[in-house]
Formats: sequence, structure tokens, C-alpha cells
Amino acid sequence: MTTPPSLRTAAELGRDLRAGELDAEELVDAARAAWAASEVGTEPVRAFLSTDWEATGKRAREIAGRLAGNDDPGPLAGLPVAVKDNLCTLDLPTTCGSRLLEGWRAPYEATVVRRLREAGAVVVGKTNLDEFGMGASTEHSAYGPTLNPVDRGRVPGGSSGGSAAAVAAGIVPFALGSDTGGSVRQPASFCGVVGIRPTWGAVSRYGLVAFASSLDQVGALGRTVGDAALLLRAVMGRDPRDATSSDHGVPDLGDALGRGVEGMTIGVPEECFGEGVDGRVRDACRAALRRLEAMGAEVREVSLPHLRFAVPAYAVLATAEASSNLARFDGARFGVRAPGAATLGEVYERTRALFGAEARRRIVLGTHVLSAGHQEDVHGRARAVRALVARDFRWAWASGVDALFTPTTPTPAFPLGSLTEPFGAFLSDVFTIPPSLAGLPATSLPVGEADGLPVGGQIVCDRWQEPKMVRIADALERALAAEAAS
Amino acid sequence: MSRPAAPAPDGFEPVIGLEVHVQLRTRTKLFCADRTEFGAPPNSQVCPVCLGLPGALPVLNRRAVDLALRAALGLGCTVHPESAFVRKHYFYPDLPRGYQVTQKGRPLATDGRLDLVSEEGEKPRRVGIRRVHLEEDAGRSLHDRLPGLSALDLNRAGIPLVEIVTEPDIASPAEARAFLLRLWQVLEYLGVSDCSMEEGSLRVDANVSLRQAGTEEEGTRTEVKNLNSFSGVERALAFEVERQAALLRAGGRVEPATLLWDAARGEARPLRAKEAARDYLWLDEPDLPPLALDAERISNARDDLPEMPDERAARLRKEHGLSEEHAAVLTGSRELADYFESVVHAGADPREAAGWVMGDLLAAVKAEGCAVDDFRVRPPDLAGLLALLAEGVVSRPGAKRVFARMAETGRPPAQIVAEEELAREEDDATLRGWVDESLAAHPAEAARWRAGEERLEGFFVGAVVRRSGGRADPGRVADLLRARRREG
Repeated sequence: MTTPPSLRTAAELGRDLRAGELDAEELVDAARAAWAASEVGTEPVRAFLSTDWEATGKRAREIAGRLAGNDDPGPLAGLPVAVKDNLCTLDLPTTCGSRLLEGWRAPYEATVVRRLREAGAVVVGKTNLDEFGMGASTEHSAYGPTLNPVDRGRVPGGSSGGSAAAVAAGIVPFALGSDTGGSVRQPASFCGVVGIRPTWGAVSRYGLVAFASSLDQVGALGRTVGDAALLLRAVMGRDPRDATSSDHGVPDLGDALGRGVEGMTIGVPEECFGEGVDGRVRDACRAALRRLEAMGAEVREVSLPHLRFAVPAYAVLATAEASSNLARFDGARFGVRAPGAATLGEVYERTRALFGAEARRRIVLGTHVLSAGHQEDVHGRARAVRALVARDFRWAWASGVDALFTPTTPTPAFPLGSLTEPFGAFLSDVFTIPPSLAGLPATSLPVGEADGLPVGGQIVCDRWQEPKMVRIADALERALAAEAAS
Repeated sequence: MSRPAAPAPDGFEPVIGLEVHVQLRTRTKLFCADRTEFGAPPNSQVCPVCLGLPGALPVLNRRAVDLALRAALGLGCTVHPESAFVRKHYFYPDLPRGYQVTQKGRPLATDGRLDLVSEEGEKPRRVGIRRVHLEEDAGRSLHDRLPGLSALDLNRAGIPLVEIVTEPDIASPAEARAFLLRLWQVLEYLGVSDCSMEEGSLRVDANVSLRQAGTEEEGTRTEVKNLNSFSGVERALAFEVERQAALLRAGGRVEPATLLWDAARGEARPLRAKEAARDYLWLDEPDLPPLALDAERISNARDDLPEMPDERAARLRKEHGLSEEHAAVLTGSRELADYFESVVHAGADPREAAGWVMGDLLAAVKAEGCAVDDFRVRPPDLAGLLALLAEGVVSRPGAKRVFARMAETGRPPAQIVAEEELAREEDDATLRGWVDESLAAHPAEAARWRAGEERLEGFFVGAVVRRSGGRADPGRVADLLRARRREG
């Protein structure tokens, strides 16, 4: 092979593996080499919290054997993949980036991980994240930050920073992450890769350690739209173990590639291009919109009037659910129990003192908004705002747009250590939060650069419109690639 | 029981409401596929879901919903086509997720009633049922199993419960007990629970206040918990009623409190105020969609309701001419009523069957400590025995002995009669022989008998029956005894 695997798409690698032109073990060797390269120097990327290259090699050999024997291991046969460390796996620990689950071995595996296995994928390791998914920079991991491979003085975004970095550093062609208010899309945008968040309920959450259940979804990151879609398709679909996962059939996302945007209408919310958006980000996004027009799409301005209330509503709703979901971490039945406790109260206090500062802030805020005196005023109001934001989107669809286009984030990747405001992370998610609140699918793809830093554009569609969303993102990606090549 | 309770001294009326938690008789838990068997080894019926492990999710057990629906309909409730689950948060090691999944603002059912059994001619006392909802049970903490440690058994975590909350319509501790007995009966008829307070499948908390007789003004309520038997409920409530009355009589005020009943000491002690004043941080459960019941499912459940105790008793009185009292005893539980009717359907005379079921069967079942459904003598066999009795193949005392042997061995009656030679003795000569032997064995009594002391007839009949090993028919023996006396 002339092009190193780190620069080839999963789709191409998959074809070569099946054709016998590429060996699964060689592919794992290449992944390992890329990983080793990313770890050296004064600023190692540190995308992974755990790897087991021997076991990975063994698995690759097994898949290679089956491919050679004409036994189809599945649509992802032999392809290396990374898994965010808040998804339960049997073979590697699941720490969620927290001291509370240091070394914890889940006794069961997440449905999406099982589906990866059944599709023949080769999991190479668990990636770093902000503790329990709470953060936008991966700086809140108890095990140290991950660096942005594009500029190692900057954050890779979060909370799926490790997964985004693993893809951006060419270690794996694609990775699973999780997205609550933007945790797949924002790191994708910061690292210059593609991130897809599906419709809420499209992918099973069984085995995804919950942060905010009504907002969490497993998402896919990849070098290209096609790769991310390939990964997503392999894990989508109703799961009897997740009562909120849906019966909508798995759409054939592969069909959506290469279809162009002729005749489609793209809505641009005026609220997403105003003050507060970095000029370079605005320029790159506007250029992307002109590309879409040139391809035959109609671009039209729309309004999401309640957008500016979305972040505060999210802050209330997500932290409330987080404080609930994290109540089980008390040292009594599993995970770490802080030593030296003499009473039950001490078991609780000493163990839960192991939460990092960001997690603690969110738990405290979440408990506060659920407390008896504030429930109605604060939490009740946030629920009402959520309904209004969802209605804004419905009105947009009703006005005839097929998709909305926004910058993924208002700025490119910020420097490490620069996010000092409490809850400052939420401001980076100002455009990713509204689709999350409404349960909508959204994709981020690289649309340009800001002085060498990747800029991401976000495409949002109505629920269950993943094929349409992938089609538009893929068309834009091809057009931008063609432009870059010329 | 049917009269509104007489006011306590000083004109105070107790106002009592009950919260009853009932374990539903499902094979598996409310949100996962673990078994629900009582008495399994600790932590052997657990999985990631009921252990509350990170990432695990609940999936609703359809059968639990069916049983809860049946309970709600059987209690005359309005069933809501859509209801929702919420999370109720508190920290305790046997509550794995740090929250319990239950129902609050949108429960499964509301506005039902339970009528207490009344004396003849009086209106039944009606207790309103405020709500019936579904929730999961917590695990158990054991503080005396391991020295210096508390042990957790999470087998019980996730077992389906219905919570049944009454209106404060109960007017006395005795009425509370009557309510619980009646509720037990209704739930047993519905087949929704094993309802065993010993096994913990039925638990009760009580709310008590006093008000001035004749006024509407509510007194301050206290809550009494840790009630483990029906009589314990009555005693605890009596204690608390008296405690409040004494306070009020002395000019004091009742403070709101949660009290734990200590059955051994016979007193209720307050929980620390901090424990009692909890903010549960209620949150709509995001992992479960709303519970939707379509009209067809509800109406099918209604059609499937079994005949309830009062209706069944009325029917038995009408069909078989039983007295009200006997009908009430026989319909005390569904399994007993089923047993009785099976015996009758197998051909036995209803009144004869009633006597045996209420007498010999219940005594034997009690002695064995088993359920009627598990008792060795099945209805067709009892019917067979009663047929032999009716045909005169066995005497009545003989039948009693055969029944006892049936209970021990499970063998059919005809076989026992044959193998153990319990058939009625038909030969008068043999009978006369036993009569003479008995008279000879008790000369003093015999003399008195001959002198005319009629009471001793029973004594000698009994003696002859015993001597015959149960084969002698008492009526025939009495005739022969008298004949012997006439002969001199």
C-alpha cells in the first residue's frame, strides 16, 4: 500500500482487507506505530487511557483468519476502532476518567461494544474523556488531559477528546464517543475530524455510563463522513435492554453518500452568526454555505428565537440528571471505596470527595435545582424552555428547510488551561446544545481553518433524518476536498 | 367492625390512613430478568440493572403491570391510560442507584374503595383508596450477620411492588386491622401477591392523627413504621392514639414525627428529625417512556377479574343453601373457596362438604403449616371419601380416620379403607360383641348406665367405636346399646 493507513478511509481499508490486499494484523501494527508516535516527545497526545496491544493483535489475527477462510466477520471486519472510556467493555477497564472507577472492570459490556465485536471490528483501546462526560476540553479527566494533535498546546475539545484525538492522530480511522451537549461534535470540530450525533434513541445507551440520560447519545467520530456513518450504522438500532431506544429501522447510510444537495434547502439561523462568533469561524462557515449553493442547494435565513436560553436551560437540566445518575457512586457496592472510613457517613463523604472539581460543581448545582424550594421555579422553567427550543426547530422544518447549518463552535480550539470560568465549558457548546435539547441528529465536519486550526460546521436535521444529514455532510465534504485539491 | 369507632375518651376521634406495600407475584423483577424467589442465597438473584451498575438501564416487566392493573381494578380504582415513573432520591447502601424508581404525580390508578365486612343489616364501612401505583423494592441491610459489619443482600432490590394508599377513612386501630385482613383477602383473590407479612411481601406504614369528635379540623399527623403483623398494626396504632390523646389532654401539642414501632417493647420511638425530613429531589425518570395502557388492555383486565369474596359468598349461599356464616368462612380465601367448590363439583353434598372443609381440612392444613393448594388431600379424593360415607361404606368415625391417613399418605380413600380394614362393620353380632366388651371393661359406668344415666350413652358409644378401630357406626352402636339395656 502506498498511502499509509492513517491517511486512508475505513471504507477503503475495509475493501482491501476483504480483497486480501491488506492484513488485519498489519493494520493493527500500523495503529500501534501511530499510537507510539503520538506518545513520544515533551507533549504526548495521550488519547488513550488503556490499551492492550497483545490482545488486540490476537483479535486481529482471529479476524484475519476468518476473512481468509471466507467466513464474513461483519461489515467492520478487521478495522481498528477506539472506544470512549465511559462505555463498558469486558477486556479493558472502564474508568470514565474518574478516580471513583480507577481500575474498574465492568462485568458486562455495552450493547454498542458488543455490536462492534459482532461486526468484526478490532477495539484497540479506551480513550480519555472529561470525568463522566462532563466538560468540553478533556482537561477534567482525573488522569490528565489529552492534547490536540493538530496543535499540542491546545485542547482537543471534550468530553470525547480522546476519541477525537485518536482519529486526528491517525491511530484509528474511527472511534465511538458520547454526546450530551456537544461532546462528540465539539471535539470533532476542534481536531478537524467528523463527528456524528444521532437522533436521541437511535443508538442503545445500555452500557454507556449515564451523565444526563435524556440528552446522552453514543456518537461516531471518523476521518470522513463516510467512515463515521459506517461506524454509526454498525451500532444503531433498537436494543431490548434500552427502553428508550427506538424501533425506527437502521437506515442505510451508505446509500446516502455521493448524492449531492441539488434541490435541497439549507436554513441558516441568524442567531448563530452574530457577535461572539470568531470572525475566522464565520468566514469559513459562510464559504461552506457558498459551496452548498454552488452545488444547487437553496440557502435561506431562519430564526431560532429561543436559542439564547438553551445554554442556561441545559445547565439546569443536564446537571440535575447528572446529580441523579452519579448518586450511585458511593463506595458501597462497586468501584473505589476511599480507605479509612469508620462509619457509613464517612464511606460516603470520603469516597465522593474523589470526584473532580467540575463533577462536584455540576452535582451540587444539579442537586440544588432539584431541591424542594427550587424545583418548580428553576427546573420547571428549564423544562419549559426545552420545549420552546424544540418547537423552534419544528417551525424551521415546517417552513420547508431540509437541514440547518451553523458553526459547530464559536471559536476554534482554545489553549490548554485557558478555561477558568466555572461552567465556561457550556459556552463552547452554545450551538451544539440546542439540537441536543430537541433530540435531533447533528453532524460536525471540517469546513475550513482559522490560522491553521480546524473550523467545524454543523448540520442539523429533523429526527430520524440521518440519511439526509449524512447526504448533505458528505456532499459538502466532497466539494471542499475538490476545492482544496484544485 | 361495622360501626364507626366509638370516640376515644375526651371526645377525640382517631383519623388513620394506611400505606401498604405489596410485592407482586411475578417470576422476575420489575426492571430486569432476575428471579424473585424468597429465601435464595444472598446476592444470587442480581444483575447489572438491579445492582445499579454504571450504564445499566431499566426495562419494564409487562406482567408486573398486568398484576398492578388487576389490583387497581379489583379495588375499584380509575385506571389512568398514561402514567409515568419518577426517581425518588436518598442515600442508603441497599438502594443501589441512590434513587428508587416509583410513581408520583401520574400514578397508575386513583379513587378506589374497599368495603369492610359488615354485620348483617348494617351498611359496610367504606375505606377510600387514594392511589395504587407501581414501584421497585430496595435490597436488605443486615446488621447482625457479620461482626462489626453491615451486610447487604440485594436479591430484593428491584422486586415489583404496588403501593396502596388509603384515604384517612379508618376510624380506629381495630378497623385498621380489619381493613388489612380484608385487603389481604381481596389481593389473594386477585392472585396478585403472596401477601405474607412474615416473608415481607406485605408491609404497612400508618398515619395517625386525632380530631375533636364532630369537627372537621385535622389534627397533626404522625407516621408509624416498622409494622410487621396485622395485630402489630393494631397495637401500634392503639399506642400512638393513646400517646397523642394523653398529650392533648394535658394541654400539649402533637408534633409531626416519624415513629418506629418496637413490637418487643410495645412502644413507638421517634426517628431522629434529620432522618425524617428528607427532600427526595423528585425527577421524571428519563430511562423509561410513559406507561401507556390502551383501552383494550384495561377492558381485558377488567373482564379477567375473578369473582370477588362477597359475590362468591352470595352465590354459594344461593346455590348450595349455606348459611351466611359458613359462606363467609368458606370464601375466606380464594384457594379455600376453590377447594370447596371442587369438592362439590366432584359430586359431594354441599353441606357435608362444607363441614369437612371448614373443620377437618382447615385443621389439618393448619397443623401442617401448608397452603390449601399444597395440601396432600385433593378435592376429588375428599369427594370420594364423602361418597363412601354417604353410601355407608365407612362410618363417620371411620371416615375421620381415613381422612387422617389420606393427609399422611396421599393415598385415595377406597384404597385406605381396603388396606387398613376401615370399612364399616356391618355384622351386628360383632358389634354386640364389642358392646359387651366395653360394658364389661367399665363396670361402674355400666351400672350407672343401666340405672338410667343417659349421659353415659356417649361414653359407651365412643368406647365401642374406639374398640372397633373406627369401623363401628355410632348410630347402630347406640341402638344396640339400648337394646342390650332393655334386655337387662
